[in-house]
Amino acid sequence: MKSRLALRAVALGYLGFLILLPVGGVFWITFRDGFMPFWESITTPEALNAFYLTVFAAVVAVVANTVFGVAAAIMLVRRRFPGKQLLSALIDLPLAVSPVVVGLALILVYGTYGWFGGWLAEQGILIIFSFPGIILATVFVSLPFVVREVVPVLREVGTEQEQAASTLGASSWQTFWRVTLPSIRPGVTYGIVLTTAKALGEFGAVSVVSGRIIGRTETLTLHVEDRFQAFDLAGAYAASVVLAVLALGTLFAMNLLKPKEEKA
Amino acid sequence: MSTARSSSRSPGRSGLGGIFGGEALQRGTVLMYLSLIVLIPLAAVVWTSGEEGWSGFWAAITAPEGMAALRLTFGAAFVVTAINAVAGTLIAWVLVRDSFWGQGIFNSVIDLPFALPTIVAGLTLLALYGPGSPVGIDIAYAPVAVVVALLFVSLPFVVRAVQPVLEELDTEMEEAAASLGASRFTIFRRIILPTLMPAILGGSGLTFARSLGEFGAVVLVTGNIAFETQVASVYIFGQIEGGDIPAASAVSVVLLAFSLLALIGLNVVQGRWTRHEE
Amino acid sequence: MGITVSNISKRFGDFVALDDVSLDIQNGSLTALLGPSGSGKSTLLRVIAGLENPDSGEVVISGQNKTGTPPQQRGVGFVFQHYAAFKHMTVEDNVAFGLRIRKRSKDQTREKVHELLELVHLEGFAHRYPSQLSGGQRQRMALARALAIEPEVLLLDEPFGALDASVRKDLRAWLRRLHEDMPVTTVLVTHDQEEAMEVASEIVVMNDGAIEQIGDPTEVYENPATEFVMSFIGPITRLQGAYVRPHDLRIQLEPNGKTSEARVEELLHLGFEVRVHLRLSNDEDIWAQITRDTASQLDLKNGKTVYIVTDRSRSFG
Repeated sequence: MKSRLALRAVALGYLGFLILLPVGGVFWITFRDGFMPFWESITTPEALNAFYLTVFAAVVAVVANTVFGVAAAIMLVRRRFPGKQLLSALIDLPLAVSPVVVGLALILVYGTYGWFGGWLAEQGILIIFSFPGIILATVFVSLPFVVREVVPVLREVGTEQEQAASTLGASSWQTFWRVTLPSIRPGVTYGIVLTTAKALGEFGAVSVVSGRIIGRTETLTLHVEDRFQAFDLAGAYAASVVLAVLALGTLFAMNLLKPKEEKA
Repeated sequence: MSTARSSSRSPGRSGLGGIFGGEALQRGTVLMYLSLIVLIPLAAVVWTSGEEGWSGFWAAITAPEGMAALRLTFGAAFVVTAINAVAGTLIAWVLVRDSFWGQGIFNSVIDLPFALPTIVAGLTLLALYGPGSPVGIDIAYAPVAVVVALLFVSLPFVVRAVQPVLEELDTEMEEAAASLGASRFTIFRRIILPTLMPAILGGSGLTFARSLGEFGAVVLVTGNIAFETQVASVYIFGQIEGGDIPAASAVSVVLLAFSLLALIGLNVVQGRWTRHEE
Repeated sequence: MGITVSNISKRFGDFVALDDVSLDIQNGSLTALLGPSGSGKSTLLRVIAGLENPDSGEVVISGQNKTGTPPQQRGVGFVFQHYAAFKHMTVEDNVAFGLRIRKRSKDQTREKVHELLELVHLEGFAHRYPSQLSGGQRQRMALARALAIEPEVLLLDEPFGALDASVRKDLRAWLRRLHEDMPVTTVLVTHDQEEAMEVASEIVVMNDGAIEQIGDPTEVYENPATEFVMSFIGPITRLQGAYVRPHDLRIQLEPNGKTSEARVEELLHLGFEVRVHLRLSNDEDIWAQITRDTASQLDLKNGKTVYIVTDRSRSFG
């Protein structure tokens, strides 16, 4: 009994000092002088612009990675082809790459002096140090989540329902929309939540490719750093609180949607 | 009977054969997307790191400032992985075996570092444990800040790996050991720990890989003092801004290689561990 | 008419699932494909449905060659062992699925679904989800769903395999009655010889990817064509190199010219019947199944010497 309480105290203390106190501290510092300073900080044109860009990049990343994720998961689970294991590993690659390396990688290919960047620039398409680069970086870092969540669900659902639909006359498209997609919906939804969280919060990769032209290519996370470097601590804390609230929302959604193991 | 083989449906026939305009097109699109966004850019990093030959690569990663950054990064990653393995297992244990008021919230908090943007995590730590700390602890701009920041962001890995295994763990095994006269410590060391080991290793691998590459959480709290608190990712960032792309690429390749090694290596160890259990 | 399968072969890697199989299934019959795991019976059913492509051979349904036709256009109703219920749809929506794909009018669909739910005794369950049904109810729903598209043939893949013994028994009787009322050509795959005998009018015994025998239940039981059929369809024991069913062995206390001498080794009382383990004078073991009355008349005891005889043994060259 005593040792159990001791363990509990150690675990709670660790979490308290590492996570809860610092996060709580930011909220406390932000609202120490009331709500108005916070409101003024987050409604500056730069902050609002950063907020819109962040949301837009996240929406693009979620849509693109969801379509990709479902297609790739179907490939990995339902098809046979050589190199399947390798493909599965390659899809997980973004999880193992440092965000700064992601940024560098994108610059090397899509920058003005990059592999494709020169040609794109001739066509008048600027990616790096511009908004498309931010989107590309966001898509990169949040790419694996939908695939990873859908693969086990798809495997679990099995092929019988799809076969039943085909014997009842449903075409491939009809089977996909009416049978497969509804049955993998929990996995897709959970994957989207994780993708959103990653996309809203990415900093390193976006920081490298953004060029940080204030008011134009600044996401919320970049805005936090920018305010911090400009010694506008109130502004940095206010934007952080907005991001933290988004994170808490994500956390809530995760708990709500977390795939529960079926009790047999 | 072919129930075991029923997944080998005729291609292009039933089920999802024709989705996205046929299998070949689907495969092509998936590979193209992955290549354009992930594979070709990463290949470009590896390519660029070798552009000046082996000696150029070696010179880049052994440059004093880069070497110091790598040394700090690997040192911190090892320390963090070790602490996380112990603390993560302990937290998972308390979450599964203990029960107390507010446990649900406590459980959700574990995922907070995943959901919270890393730059916010860094700022958060700086607010509480930086200059003018309200609790009187100032660790900012010192190597220990790197460790704390990395512990923050990698908290979920070991906990979330160990938790499900611990939930599945049959208490009958422990009861059997107890009935055979084993002490509680012996039960933990001989029965529980070996069962949890693959999960702990898996979570540790993720922790290590993540620690090598982390940027957002460390960039504010460390102050980027070269030879002192500058980690590899921050060093790379500096090289990119300074225009020394080959040097940035070389250090990037080192990080990339070791992150992959950590993940693959632990997969192998994990596989071997699980196999002998069967 | 009915189903004609000619020269079908199918391999999975090195495994030969079907080896040049040909079969005629009468229009309106209820045929069982019976065999052990790996005998190819499910594969054959899936080839008929178009869920599996044969390497060679032809499938003709109701006079039309359907060999290359995708399952969507074969007009077959298929019922899976594990129901394949659409878990995210209500019972009603499950049954209506095929009709909606065919764009039937709402009234027509509603009427047809209602009629089918009545037929399978699920009238009160229209708005439930599959997870709220028992296994037997789910399988009846799956059957209604397959029947909704008015298939030319109904294919059932181990339909009762996942159910409890008692539910299984009820459903077998129900399926037979249903077939009498609605004589659509039906093929049922099973590994349970009792189920095949009870339900089907025709039994196709399969082994190792080939057909061993085709016949009605009495025929395959009484006149098995091969050693495999004899051993698969019922219990067997061996008497002097020939196969014999244990209940076709007679035990008597006096020898005559045709009897073999044996010693009673063990008696097992199985309720109405008694199983007698015997050892012949040449040290071969054999067992007989006799009624309790016969056993007590003979006053069988362990170690007692008896004489056994049969007039229904078979040898297979």
